[in-house]
Amino acid sequence: MISARHALLLVLAGLGGCGSVDPWVKPYERQNFADLIMAADRDPVSKAYIDHVYEAREGARGALGGHGGGCGCN
Amino acid sequence: MRNRNDVTSLLTLPLALASLAPADADAAVLPEDRADALYHRYDGGGVTVDGPSLLVRKKFGENFSVAANYYVDMVSSASIDVLTQASPYKETRRQASLAVDMLHGKTQYSVSYTNSEEDDYTASTASFDLSQDMFGDLTTVSFGFSRAWDEVRNNSDPDFKEPVDRWSYRLSVSQIVTPALMMGLEVETITDSGYLNNPYRSARYLDPDAGDGYSWEPEVYPHTRTSTGASITADYFLWYRAAVHGMYRYYTDSWGVGGNTLRVGYTHPIGDRWILEADYRWYDQTAADFYSDLFPYENSQNFMGRDKELSTFQSQMVTVGATWRLPALKWGGIERSTVNVFYDHALYDYSDFRDALKGDSVATEPLYSFSADVLRVFLSVWF
Repeated sequence: MISARHALLLVLAGLGGCGSVDPWVKPYERQNFADLIMAADRDPVSKAYIDHVYEAREGARGALGGHGGGCGCN
Repeated sequence: MRNRNDVTSLLTLPLALASLAPADADAAVLPEDRADALYHRYDGGGVTVDGPSLLVRKKFGENFSVAANYYVDMVSSASIDVLTQASPYKETRRQASLAVDMLHGKTQYSVSYTNSEEDDYTASTASFDLSQDMFGDLTTVSFGFSRAWDEVRNNSDPDFKEPVDRWSYRLSVSQIVTPALMMGLEVETITDSGYLNNPYRSARYLDPDAGDGYSWEPEVYPHTRTSTGASITADYFLWYRAAVHGMYRYYTDSWGVGGNTLRVGYTHPIGDRWILEADYRWYDQTAADFYSDLFPYENSQNFMGRDKELSTFQSQMVTVGATWRLPALKWGGIERSTVNVFYDHALYDYSDFRDALKGDSVATEPLYSFSADVLRVFLSVWF
């Protein structure tokens, strides 16, 4: 049985190899992600406001989407 | 006397900072320099909230970007809660935020601070976020942490001051799946501790001695709350240059509230100056364990709430929006600018919250529902 420590080492070893992963979507195939229309909420000032409306009226909170992101298109 | 939950102060936590985060965030590139001036208006259920939001973001050197946001809510409330328990009121909430982003290789660090002030509520939030590109820049992993310190006051009792502490932890992954599809996954846990009541709000209970058949007593909430939300998003680029968007969120918390959110949208450019979009959003939730529209007698439970935001309900919202890119301006270093108008129409239908202003006898009043109109108009300038 693999211990938690061994599992962690395996994960770290896996992440260590991240830089060598061959991307299956090549950089020259990513122009779509640089297009403005790909972002559902592309204007931060507008998204912040409408998220505020949701949280004022609803019991749920958090994880509304939009954190992080990244398009790898640079 | 006021009713706090008509406003929004209890949840100014991480979303207050979202206005400082780049919506089209790219972990390996600092967000663009831009300025936005937005007017917002919410009108529904007897509540009107409007005001401005101003955002400026500017890079300093190759590795730093600073953003500042000033936001105002001007509230005029005669909601059903106010009409049944208090008197209509007006108030103003002012919020200021400052954020600094730093880029180091494929890692972006962000720190931010937000302060929100009302005459009976103060909220301060500090946040740290980190994003890292990996797997050949196909994947972006982000995590963040927020810590908030609130103070709840009561305008009818100058000696009333109660603290609330909040912690938020979030983790998200964004993944390029195909040349046309990007997906995202986000998990966020929020924990509150302290005075989570609304000091103005009351619960309703059956009272045979009262003229209406019921009376009011102060609400009592638990002093802790922990919630977890998990969302999955997808953005797909269509072959004729348009995009469809989808989002689903599952929510659960220690008060017994469970919710589902589903959103689908479509974005369609026309030429290089116009972008049109339409959006539909569904939300439903179950009630908190200690919620009741009408308790059987006074002090019937250790925790009691009649906040309709903690009841069982569903809402639907339709959004339409248009963005127009202005002709090129030749002054002030302005690269491009847009005028944006978004209109939202929402319906809220409650399953166990009754309209106590209507009906002839207690517990037979019609279930409450209302609609709301939301307007966002803003000018954006990139420089």
